[in-house]
Amino acid sequence: MKTRIPRKSTCLIILLIATIGVLIVTPLLGMKTIPLSALFGPEGGDSDIFWKIRLPRVITSFIAGAGLAVSGMVFQAIFRNLLATPFTLGVASGASLGAAVYVRLGLAFSLPGLSGISVFAFAGAVLSIAIVYGLTRIRQGLSTSTMLLAGVAISFFFSSLILFIQYMSNFIHSFRIVRWLMGTIKVVGFDSAVTMAPFVLTGGVIVFALSHELNLLMMGEEISTSRGVNVNKTKAILFFAVSLMVGSIVAVCGPIGFVGMMAPHICRLIIGADHRKLAPATILFGGIFLTVADTVARTLIAPAEMPVGVITALIGGPFFIWLLMSRSSSIWDMR
Amino acid sequence: MGNPLIDIQHLSLSLGGKAILQNISLAVPRGDMVSLIGPNGAGKTSLLKCLIRIYTPAEGDIKIDGQSLQGYGSKALARRISYVPQEEGGSSPFTVREYVSMGRYPYFHPFSSSSAADKEAIRSALAITGMSAFADRSLGTLSGGERQKASIAAALAQGAEMMLLDEPSAFLDPRNQADILALLSRINHEQGVTILSVTHDINTAAITSRHAAALVEGKLAYWGGTDELMENDILKKIYGISFLFASHPKTGVKLVIPDAP
Repeated sequence: MKTRIPRKSTCLIILLIATIGVLIVTPLLGMKTIPLSALFGPEGGDSDIFWKIRLPRVITSFIAGAGLAVSGMVFQAIFRNLLATPFTLGVASGASLGAAVYVRLGLAFSLPGLSGISVFAFAGAVLSIAIVYGLTRIRQGLSTSTMLLAGVAISFFFSSLILFIQYMSNFIHSFRIVRWLMGTIKVVGFDSAVTMAPFVLTGGVIVFALSHELNLLMMGEEISTSRGVNVNKTKAILFFAVSLMVGSIVAVCGPIGFVGMMAPHICRLIIGADHRKLAPATILFGGIFLTVADTVARTLIAPAEMPVGVITALIGGPFFIWLLMSRSSSIWDMR
Repeated sequence: MGNPLIDIQHLSLSLGGKAILQNISLAVPRGDMVSLIGPNGAGKTSLLKCLIRIYTPAEGDIKIDGQSLQGYGSKALARRISYVPQEEGGSSPFTVREYVSMGRYPYFHPFSSSSAADKEAIRSALAITGMSAFADRSLGTLSGGERQKASIAAALAQGAEMMLLDEPSAFLDPRNQADILALLSRINHEQGVTILSVTHDINTAAITSRHAAALVEGKLAYWGGTDELMENDILKKIYGISFLFASHPKTGVKLVIPDAP
């Protein structure tokens, strides 16, 4: 039996309601379930856990999930490639290299609202963005294939450097690097969310503003140009906006996989490919998905925690396969 | 003849150090239907791509309605010229309606949704091309002929007075070829759209077009009426082989058959 999909606007409303529900319910869940009545109680105890630990973590998860998902959507459109992810262009590898260097050097500092490892990771992400853009610009124009190949090459190069650093590190440093690479949302207070928010918000607004262009880019650069899209300018704007968004998220949470690649596909199956509706759906779904995954990650083996990067594929993979099998058409030929 | 809609003067294009087009001068009258013919690799598609600024010529000038091509903004140019690329097939996640609505991009603003004028243009383009019944079908589920009609509908929705087509009836069966050619003829006559179409079929050019331009190794080898084109010495100069001639049994239009050795 094939799944019936409700109308697109109904899907968006359902996602919006689900978002509100998830943002209200998940902070209450954890090693200990917090009753609603405790939220406005005296300071300390359950109230503090909710306001200072759980809620910031849920907000951070939602922003990270939303940003990663919409980034994946943009890269899949620009590259017309089902397998594109937020990390395809090496941003995550750059950030991971920055984090690995920080750990290996044994540094310990922080800026107001930002840990030292996040600063190094963001610097690594910016470095990879600059290199990929620079390499792409060497050739005339802003060739998508050159950008893709430069990104993949940089990604492999940085990954090798990370392995080299790990190999040269002692056990403790190597363990810290591996744990960072798994992706974890471990935050206290709203500083991390505030760090990511400007990048994710700006990137999100730019993606919304360029949703018509994203539709056309998926039809190819010739058609886009002939319809009046300034293809190189549009690609450059999207590249920087989305890469900086990914850089800020990875700097805070590490390279959390799966959500960025699969959330856009899941939303395409449900709501179609028109980016005017796909973008908001992907943002909401990505946010919900990572928030739920992180809730599972911090409750499954409580009081210990699992890295959320492990959970995303564990619960997302089977769901995606079920959705794919329940539809009569392929992911790229919907309806 | 008044001002030509497209006026190409001494156009030369090089790609990767290789001369693709050399000193092309051509003036397409408003309302005309022109076929662009020539052997493979002669530069036909490249000429179309110069007209929509996918390629930037090394020399020469192109004027659209008297104004230099470089003076047009991206969207302003798309409001004057639409383009139907060679059908590449493959899958696409969009429905026909979504694809045709992309033709209205030159009229969209950021964050905007379709206006009443956009909706009417999309409805009209679907109706003219006979694609209304396919509007909610995915492009990936269409046949080659239907997909080509969807591409023409998307170009038509652009509301441009000039349509460039790159081999619109290639890879189609005879019925779909006839459908597409009849559709282009209607668009030319009833919508007043000037058409410049690349084709390898000389007979199609003779039947559908008033004028033809022929490119050979990047140079303009012929520009004139299609009646005058159908001469053995002219066609031999273009294709390097001789042709046999016959008359269309209904219209009397001269048709050609390659005189294969």
